[in-house]
Amino acid sequence: MWASINELKERIHADSSEEIVAQYLDRISKSKLNAFIYTVGESALSRAKEIDTNDIDGPLAGIPVAIKDNISTYGIQTTCASNILKSYIPPYDAHVIERLKEAGAIIIGKTNMDEFAMGSSTETSFYGATKNPWNMDRVPGGSSGGSAAAVAGGEALLALGSDTGGSVRCPALFCGVVGLKPTYGVISRYGLIAYANSLEQIGPLATSVRDVASLFDVVAGYDPRDSTSVDKEVNYSSALMNDVRGLKIGVPEEYFEEGTDEKVEKAVRDAIHTLEDLGANWKKVAMPHTKYALSAYYIIAMSEASSNLARFDGMRYGLRTEDKDWHTTFSQVRAAGFGDEVKRRILLGTYALSAGYHDKYYLKALKVRTLIKQDFERAFKEVDVLITPTMPYPAFKLGEKIDDPLSLYLADVDTVPINLAGVPSISVPCGFSDGLPIGMQIIGKHFDEAAILRTAHTFEENTNFHCKRPEGY
Amino acid sequence: MITSKDLEHIGWLARLELSEEEKEEYAPKLNPVLDYFSDLDEVDTEGVEPTYHVLALSNVFREDEVNTKCPLDQDEALSNAPNSQDGFFKAPRMM
Repeated sequence: MWASINELKERIHADSSEEIVAQYLDRISKSKLNAFIYTVGESALSRAKEIDTNDIDGPLAGIPVAIKDNISTYGIQTTCASNILKSYIPPYDAHVIERLKEAGAIIIGKTNMDEFAMGSSTETSFYGATKNPWNMDRVPGGSSGGSAAAVAGGEALLALGSDTGGSVRCPALFCGVVGLKPTYGVISRYGLIAYANSLEQIGPLATSVRDVASLFDVVAGYDPRDSTSVDKEVNYSSALMNDVRGLKIGVPEEYFEEGTDEKVEKAVRDAIHTLEDLGANWKKVAMPHTKYALSAYYIIAMSEASSNLARFDGMRYGLRTEDKDWHTTFSQVRAAGFGDEVKRRILLGTYALSAGYHDKYYLKALKVRTLIKQDFERAFKEVDVLITPTMPYPAFKLGEKIDDPLSLYLADVDTVPINLAGVPSISVPCGFSDGLPIGMQIIGKHFDEAAILRTAHTFEENTNFHCKRPEGY
Repeated sequence: MITSKDLEHIGWLARLELSEEEKEEYAPKLNPVLDYFSDLDEVDTEGVEPTYHVLALSNVFREDEVNTKCPLDQDEALSNAPNSQDGFFKAPRMM
């Protein structure tokens, strides 16, 4: 079922979108991956039929797309993989969903995720863990694990995820596909259910850089309903040159330090040498505040989460328990609706913002964020892109880290600095370790998605890591 | 160090009722995280401004006119409410 957008479009022309969508739905119904929380077979098929009958054109006409379950879809349940939103049916579409519909895409279902996007393994979902198509005993990464597993497992051609601290790039790497976290503000967050709004962006996932760029072209763009949306129209597909001659690559050694798997380090350094052979230059750059990024990130993310998730009180939507007095009802709705990891993050975030601790934790983290942002600004005075591992190791085992929150947080060490700085970053496959994909992360300046797409595309055109499929897919 | 007594207070601030088991279970999981966060103490942030947002934000203004494209009418706005009456969300009693 692995195909490119262009290949699938040819098949749609030869056959029909209805037939193709039916094939994907059939595959999902027989799957053991648990990538989807919910599929919308009937409406997907009738929309596909409409596209066939009326010969509707569009950049994604008739193409099946999977949507992470924290992105609002009109009339389709949107749960954030949480019990508290189990019955929630949004009365409006997110901006990205409006864009997809205009482009002719067929939404086939909502994908599994860590509850409220809080995790790196998709194990905290109320609907059970998603499995990695490369190895059913391994996690698919998270928090957009369902989206990545669906693409890698041939259950959707394209998918949208969201990335607060690595949640598109981590599962893309663990599942051997491509995932992009755009510059903060490039994709509207209207309709994305917030976890940590100063950090997160919606991001595209696909099996190739070209298809990621095509999906990105459709969903990016200005939207006045998101006050952080940036008014900049760009054609990302046109950035896909197979040419890195003269490109300046920076390699921050801080991202290769202790804890990085040897095979991961070798694969990423080999990839940098491949780009060098193709005409790029590389040099070491210093990013001295990298080691503080993880603490700063988690303090900020949890603080924002404790505030954002205050809206879930059972009054306007979601789970409601038996009415008692005001405060008791709220406390009991939230106790019954949220899972352990969400509760822990709300508690730590509340603590970090509470009287006596605000300056020590929250304000300090925001100042460290400034220093991390300055590390990037300094590096980008000298180089065009930075290359690092996406994560320090390949997919870990289901159950391996879930009972130890700190060890799970430490996995995000290479991805969180990017969200703190708001710069764009893409993860592309660059090797394998014992049958599990390895990924490298290519980071760019604010709004310079063109440079990272060009670097990623050139690497892909000259290597074949992205062509390898999980066995049986 | 967060104790289970602290957790009860934080839970109250967050409007999150915690069972005795949760209080017992969470403290030993949260304390290593807080210990880890204390590595920020060694960073010199004297004179450094905090970054709340990475890009300069500007307000989005519009004319003060009725927006007929407003997506929700009253029925739609109430469509997910677990409890509503006469076109209002119904909340529990205050006391």
